[in-house]
Amino acid sequence: MLVLEKNSLTEEVESLVEFYGTERSALLPILQAVQRKHKYVSDFVQQEIARLLDIHPVEVYSVVSFYAFLHSEPQGRNIVRLCQTIACDLAGKEAVARAVERELGITFGQTTKDKRITLEYANCLGMCDQGPAMIVNDRVYTHLTPEKAINILNEIK
Amino acid sequence: MESKEKYRVPVSQKPHVVEKPRDINTIGGTVTIEINEKKVSVPMGTTILEACRENQIHIPTLCHHDDLCVAGVCRVCVVEVEGMRTLQASCTFPITAPVKIHTSTPMVRKARRHIIDLLLSEHYGECYSCFRNQNCELQKLAKEYGVDQYNFGHLEKPRYETDRSSASVIRDMNKCILCKRCVRTCIDLQEVGVLEAINRGHETHIGTFFDKPLSDVICINCGQCINRCPTAALRANDPSDELWEAIENPKKHVVIQTAPSPRAGIGEEFGLEPGHSMTGELNTALRRIGFDRVFDTNFTADLTIMEEGTELLNRLKKAVLLGDESVKLPQFTSCSPGWVKFIEHFYPEFLGYLSTAKSPQQMFGAVIKTFYAKESGIDPADIVSVALMPCSAKKFECNRPEMRASGYKDVDYGLTTRELAQMIKEAGIYLPEMPKSHFDEPFGDASGAGLIFGATGGVMEAALRTVYELVTGREVPFKNLNIVPCRGFEGIKQASVMLEGCKDEYSFLEGIELKFIVAHGTANAKKVMEMLRKGELKDVHFVEIMACPGGCLGGGGQPIPTSEEIRKKRAEAIYAEDESLSLRKSHENPYVKYIYENFLTEGPCSELSHHLLHTHYQKRGKFIA
Ligand code: SF4
Ligand code: SF4
Ligand code: SF4
Ligand code: FES
Repeated sequence: MLVLEKNSLTEEVESLVEFYGTERSALLPILQAVQRKHKYVSDFVQQEIARLLDIHPVEVYSVVSFYAFLHSEPQGRNIVRLCQTIACDLAGKEAVARAVERELGITFGQTTKDKRITLEYANCLGMCDQGPAMIVNDRVYTHLTPEKAINILNEIK
Repeated sequence: MESKEKYRVPVSQKPHVVEKPRDINTIGGTVTIEINEKKVSVPMGTTILEACRENQIHIPTLCHHDDLCVAGVCRVCVVEVEGMRTLQASCTFPITAPVKIHTSTPMVRKARRHIIDLLLSEHYGECYSCFRNQNCELQKLAKEYGVDQYNFGHLEKPRYETDRSSASVIRDMNKCILCKRCVRTCIDLQEVGVLEAINRGHETHIGTFFDKPLSDVICINCGQCINRCPTAALRANDPSDELWEAIENPKKHVVIQTAPSPRAGIGEEFGLEPGHSMTGELNTALRRIGFDRVFDTNFTADLTIMEEGTELLNRLKKAVLLGDESVKLPQFTSCSPGWVKFIEHFYPEFLGYLSTAKSPQQMFGAVIKTFYAKESGIDPADIVSVALMPCSAKKFECNRPEMRASGYKDVDYGLTTRELAQMIKEAGIYLPEMPKSHFDEPFGDASGAGLIFGATGGVMEAALRTVYELVTGREVPFKNLNIVPCRGFEGIKQASVMLEGCKDEYSFLEGIELKFIVAHGTANAKKVMEMLRKGELKDVHFVEIMACPGGCLGGGGQPIPTSEEIRKKRAEAIYAEDESLSLRKSHENPYVKYIYENFLTEGPCSELSHHLLHTHYQKRGKFIA
C-alpha cells in the first residue's frame, strides 16, 4: 500500500475515533462508518482502529467477522443482498436468485468483474409480509419478481 | 487509566460479578443457602460453583479456570435454582439471596449430558491418537457422564487444517470446544491478544487476526494458552521423534541440559503431588534413555549472572561515575524468550534497556559446541544439543537465526517437561523409582542461585547475591541469603538494598540504594513498561521480567493442569532445593571460575564472551503485515 494512502486512512480513523470516543462501545459505529465509505474494513484500518482504541487487532477482526454486514475483503461498489429466510423463500426467492445470478454472471458470494456489484444472501430483512425482498446498499426492495429484480440491478451504476 | 483498565477484557467475557465483603462478619456479610437440602452459609457474592466446591459437591466445568475471569460459555456447570425458570450456570451465579440449589436433578443431568453430546458432535479426534489421552477434561467429562454413544453424531472428517507454522505452538481447531480459555489467557492474563473467536454460529472458531498462521502474528510463544486448554486443540511443537533418531544414531553425541523448573514439575506427570524436585532421579532416567551427557542448565544460569551482573555494574559505572546520560537504566533481564519477543513486538523503542546477555539455555548451547567440544575432542557437527525446558518459547528461541555463535545451531532442540515425561514413559521407566545420580562433568555443579531462576524473582535474587558481594565484599544482608522481598507471586514487586562499605573500585556506588522491580506475566510486564514510558523508573536500576505467571515454573511446557496452588508448590520445591545446597552464589561456582580462567580469559562482558554469550534483538513492532 502506498504510504500516502496509509496516512489518509489513518487520518480518517483518527477523526472517527475523535467523534465516537475511545470506549470499546465506539468500535461498532466506527466500523460501520468505514464500511459505509469503503465497502470494507481493510487489515490496515482494523489495526489502526485497534491501536487508537487500545484493544487488540484480533478483537476488531473478531467483531468484523461476526457481523454479516461488515467485510474485511474488498467488495463491489454496490452490495446486493437477497433475503433467504423462509418467508421470502416461500414467496419465490429461488426464481429471483437464479435470474439475478444469470443476469450478473456470478453466484452468491461473488463480485462482478467490473466491481460493480457484490451479490450476497441475507437473513431476515424484516419484510416477511412483502417478500421476496432484496436490499441494495441501504435501500430495500420488496415484492420482487425476476424481471423486477433485473431492472433494479440494471439501474445500479 | 483505571476505568479503562476494567474494560480491557471484553465486557461480554466479564459477566455479573458481586464483590465479596471485606469482613464477612458485618451484618449481611454472609447468606445462608440450601444446597441439595443442606443448609450452608457463604460470604455474599460467592458463586454457586465456589459454594459447592467448598462443600465437597462436585460440579463439572469446562470453560471455568481458576486463573481466568469467568466466562459462562460452556454451560456444563448448570444447576437448578428454585424459583428460576431455566437452569443456571453455577460458575457465573453470584449468591446474593438465600437461594435453594439442586445440583443433581434429572433435568440437570440431562442438560449436562446434552451439552457433552453436542460438544462431541463437533469434535473431531480419536482419543488413542491424542496427546491429551487420559489428561483431557472433555474425555473425563464424557466418562463421568457415561457417554457410550454419540447421540448427536460425530464428525467423520476434519473441518480445519492444523496450524503448524509456529516453532512453539501447534493449533488443531478440530479438537477445540470453544471454551475460550485460550482467548482469555492471551488477552487477559498475558495481554498479548493473539486469539479470538472468529465468525459466528456454526462457523465459529478460534483464530488469529485475519486467520493468519500463528507464526505471522504477534504470538510470543509463551504457551500459556496450551496449559489452560482443556483439550488437545493446543499443544507444543514436539521434537521427540527426531530426538529418538539422534539418540539411536551412534555417530551423534547427544547432550541434554535440564532446567530447574521441569525438575520441579515432572513428578506431576507421573502422578506425584506437585512440589517434588526429581533432579537426581531424572539424571538417571536420562542416561537410561540414552543421552550421552546430562548437564545442569544452572551452570549457565550462574554464567548469566556473571555476565548480566557485570553488564549492570558497567552500566552503573557509566551512569554514576562518568555521568553518561545515554546509559539505559534500569537494565531489564533477558532470559525469558517470551518476554524478549514481547518487548520486540510491543516496545521495540526500549530494546536498549534489555540486557544483551543470552538466556542460560543459549549460553549453554554456545559453550557446549565450542568449549566442551574442544575439551572433550568431539566434532561440534556431531553434537546434538538438547535443552529440557519448562517453556514453549525456548523452541522459538533456539531457532532464532542469530543463535549460531558456535557456527552451528547452538541448541538443536528445545524439549518441554511434558514431552520428556512422554519419552521417559515410552522408554518403560517409572521416574519416581529411579535411583538418584549426579550431573556429568565438567558442568556438574551449579549454585542454588542458578536454581532459583525457575521462580519469579529468582534471577533478581541470584543477581543480588552476586552483585552485592562483588561490590561490597560482603554477603547480602538477608538471613540465610534468602532475599525474601524477591519472592512470592505478587504481580509486581519493588524493593531495594543499600550499598554500603563498597570496595575501592566500586566506591562510586557508596550509599546508593540499589532499587529493583520484579514482574511476572506479560500483563504485568506491560504495566512496568508503561511506567518506564512515563519516566517513572528513573531511580530504578534493575528489572526482572518473566513472561509466564509464576516464572519459568509456570511455563508453557510444564505439566497440565496449572493453578496458583500448583505453581506455589513448585516454587517451594525449588527454594527448598536451593537451601539444601552449600553452593548458593553464582560467582563461587568453581566451574564458572574455571571457564573464566581457561576459556573466557578476558572475563565477563569481554569480546569473546560478547560473541558467545551475548546477543542482539530485533525491532519487530506490532504491525501484522
Ligand atoms: S482432545 Fe480429549 S476428547 Fe478429544 S481426542 Fe483428545 S483426548 Fe479425546
Ligand atoms: S503462546 Fe502466548 S502469546 Fe501465543 S497465543 Fe498462546 S497465550 Fe497468546
Ligand atoms: S483452543 Fe482450547 S482453550 Fe481455546 S477455545 Fe479451543 S478448547 Fe478452549
Ligand atoms: S464452567 Fe460454567 S459455563 Fe462453563
